[in-house]
Amino acid sequence: MTRLRIHGGRVVDPSQARDEVVDIVVVDGRIDAYVGADFGGEYDRVVDATGLVVSPGFIDLHCHLREPGFEDKETISTGALAAAAGGFTTICCMPNTNPTLDTANDVAYVFAKAREARGARVLPLGTITKGQRGTELSDASELSQAGVVGFSDDGRPVWDGRLMRYALMESLRHKKPVVNHCEEPEVADGGVMNQGRVSDLLGLKGQPAAAEDVMVARDIELARETGGRLHLAHISTEGSVRLLRMAKQEGLAVSAEVTPHHLIMTEDWVLGGNGRNGRPYDTRTKVNPPLRREQDRQALIAALAEGLIDVIATDHAPHRSIDKDCTYDEAAFGISGFETALGGLMQLVESAQLTMTDVIRRLTIEPSRTFDIAGGSLAVGSTADLVIFDPTASWTVDVAQFNSRGKNTPLDGHTLQGRVVTTIVGGDVVYEWRNVP
Amino acid sequence: MSHEIVEQNGGVQSLVLVGLCTRGVPLAQRIQRAITTFEPAGVPCGQLDITLYRDDLFDGRVLELHETELPTDISGASVVLVDDVLFTGRTIRAALDAVMDYGRPKSIELAVLVDRGHRELPIRANFVGKNVPTARDENVEVRVSEIDGCDEVVITRRSEES
Amino acid sequence: MIEAVERPNGKLAEIETGLTAPWVGRKHVLDLDDFSQEEIHAVLETADRMKEVLARPIRRVPALRGRSIVNLFYEASTRTRVSFEVAAKNLGADVVNVSASGSSVEKGETLLDTVRTLRALGADLLVMRHNHSGAPYTVASHADIPVVNAGDGTHAHPTQALLDAYTIRERFGKIEGLRVLIIGDIAHSRVARSNAWGLRALGAEVTFCGPPTLLPPTTLSSEGDSPWDVGVDMDLDHAIEGVDVVMPLRVQLERQEGSRLASLRGYARDYAITRARLARAAPHAIVMHPGPMNEGVEIDADVAHGLQSVVQDQVSNGVAIRMAVLYLLMAATHGGARGRASGPSVAPLANGIEHVSAAQRRS
Repeated sequence: MTRLRIHGGRVVDPSQARDEVVDIVVVDGRIDAYVGADFGGEYDRVVDATGLVVSPGFIDLHCHLREPGFEDKETISTGALAAAAGGFTTICCMPNTNPTLDTANDVAYVFAKAREARGARVLPLGTITKGQRGTELSDASELSQAGVVGFSDDGRPVWDGRLMRYALMESLRHKKPVVNHCEEPEVADGGVMNQGRVSDLLGLKGQPAAAEDVMVARDIELARETGGRLHLAHISTEGSVRLLRMAKQEGLAVSAEVTPHHLIMTEDWVLGGNGRNGRPYDTRTKVNPPLRREQDRQALIAALAEGLIDVIATDHAPHRSIDKDCTYDEAAFGISGFETALGGLMQLVESAQLTMTDVIRRLTIEPSRTFDIAGGSLAVGSTADLVIFDPTASWTVDVAQFNSRGKNTPLDGHTLQGRVVTTIVGGDVVYEWRNVP
Repeated sequence: MSHEIVEQNGGVQSLVLVGLCTRGVPLAQRIQRAITTFEPAGVPCGQLDITLYRDDLFDGRVLELHETELPTDISGASVVLVDDVLFTGRTIRAALDAVMDYGRPKSIELAVLVDRGHRELPIRANFVGKNVPTARDENVEVRVSEIDGCDEVVITRRSEES
Repeated sequence: MIEAVERPNGKLAEIETGLTAPWVGRKHVLDLDDFSQEEIHAVLETADRMKEVLARPIRRVPALRGRSIVNLFYEASTRTRVSFEVAAKNLGADVVNVSASGSSVEKGETLLDTVRTLRALGADLLVMRHNHSGAPYTVASHADIPVVNAGDGTHAHPTQALLDAYTIRERFGKIEGLRVLIIGDIAHSRVARSNAWGLRALGAEVTFCGPPTLLPPTTLSSEGDSPWDVGVDMDLDHAIEGVDVVMPLRVQLERQEGSRLASLRGYARDYAITRARLARAAPHAIVMHPGPMNEGVEIDADVAHGLQSVVQDQVSNGVAIRMAVLYLLMAATHGGARGRASGPSVAPLANGIEHVSAAQRRS
């Protein structure tokens, strides 16, 4: 029997509507009891959480772990640890690996690697089409039985409407979400950033917001027609918010996620006008969907606050320096997001656009509910997946210190408030922040 | 000085005055006017900017370029360079290179208003207005009414930098 | 008459031949969006002096002797490259031409690796042309070497805009108050963009003209968030009335990516500068073109070679302007990469979002 006590922390658990300073007792990896500070007992370890917030471990429904095939950028092992450093205890990884996760064998590989890793739990998604080539459907049933939590062709859209429709119909059987990266390729036309004032100024090919909106609209109509389960990956525009509102008002089985970087950054960051370290054509700002206008950002924040957007998901996309140390046109799309997620989101709490409880909710119980996966709650009897963090700790982002192999974030050098201190998975401490001098 | 220049060259026949920018130019023009008073035929007078020939171009100031205008083809001419102060001789060295890029004069002579000594190159003036011995750290500035509003030579000592 | 006056403890006076030009503090020439009027005028006046050098029997001065200038051209261009090469050689510099085609990544050596190698081999200044917008900015912020942008993707071509301004000033004696019309594939034109910055800074009125699919999208929207202070008119016959400068840009079908234009004939019908259309401009109007010209498409042959065309002047002015730019940047950076200029730094683009003051830039 292993007994762990978490002492003196402010426990914030939206799933129980709990927000109080109380101790938690964990026995054999499960939440055993909530007790007062002077409650006695013997423990194998006591974690002091005085002055800190204790919440269910964060769940990330969208990330890229690059293994198999792109281990230079990240492995399941480095990714799991980086996720834990960001406070995540469960992460769902996209199947755009090499080979893509098309079959039960591919999925088994990921689960095996995940078991060896120390850090967050890893749950894979399967592809919608074979090789994500967009021409033939993968065997959704085989993938579902192998244990995937959803289906996606992310980084690419499912451009063929007929296949998207069939994929949604399949979801009536396996009941798992079909996750689309909404980007109409012809309208997007190879754009490397948002089409607008900044792209015109910089002479960069822009991707109009309409490229996302058009496919969001298509997928919502297909979800309506089929009754299938649709999840919209990383929405980024005012238009997507508007369409999502309409879909939810009609009670359609549609959910949506937004990334921390779309909540705190805009296309102006490509100009370099973001204060620290900014320079024009900064390839660390290149991401898909691209950073949009300030009014899109405000629409996303408001939609999240109102619960229209279900979850926050990082879309953690690590790359090597060689993938980013080049011209903007040549650079790979993606931001390494695990380790700055909390700090970035706390900026919105600081500016009172979101409450901390909101943020926690969108990272815990909502992701659990949206993908119907375990976790997101510290109710008695739940698995002890928790994060302990300091909501006011000021720290400066130094990518050299990242646990992720991906150092690609424009937040390098920025000072953020809000830092993960301890991450616990199944009662084991898998990450502790040491203040590196 | 104007008489000396004409005498040394045996008349105004192939004489060309070339004032070095900036303050050599009005001085050359004054000499030209002075010569005209006793040699009505006069002499041509031009100006030369030697900035692009300097050996100290990139020590931190972006130097403005001035107009260079030579009135005639100087090949075969007796060129008299006119400058305000002769100091290290580097300006004149640059001027010699510049003049040579315009043609092949018969001879090049130098007329200066003030020779303050401290030559760093084997350059000498043929015609000198006044020899003014100075210390190395002093500064000699010639002011001419055409540019500065008055005619004077000012010698200053470099003040202690704080 | 002249007396030697001694003034003890006076301050050291400036006795050099030139005044400190507004270029002090400048580290690169990437685009005209961060040039003050004074800086542009410094180039134009310096180019006047360079023209004098070009008129001499020996068209060479030793100003940049011992300095090494590298032309790093990732996009083929004979005209611009030769213009820069002649300019550098006229200033006495050593010139190395490096042409790389295609994506630097394909070649196995990244752009930054190439630049670092050139630095190590003694390059003092880089003249760079690349088919990707922003490439010289990437280089400028990562490598300790002054960069002159000879054209980056669809973004900027500052020396072209400077020679255009110089040519206009040569013809009209001034630029302020003139009406300039730029016609063509503005959305993909670095010449149009740099001219918009340069001519506006000098006080001209600029209008973009072309079919909607060739105009930058923000200039079409009513939201009015276009980054340039220019007029937009899709009707050439209307826009050309009374203008002083007509600047058609090269329009070619292969740049049109699929179907922005139905045909070149259709484009020519609506937008070619014909004798008849030119007659609607001001009587003293000039016709400019960055070259090479597609006669019969954006400009009729008789206009291209007619009395109002200043295209040849643009080309010859190009050398003088590039000599001026190389001279001024070399001087401002204390002799290029080997000079005392400290560290790489690129200011955010001046566009109304964040304007970098001259003082900030000099620090």
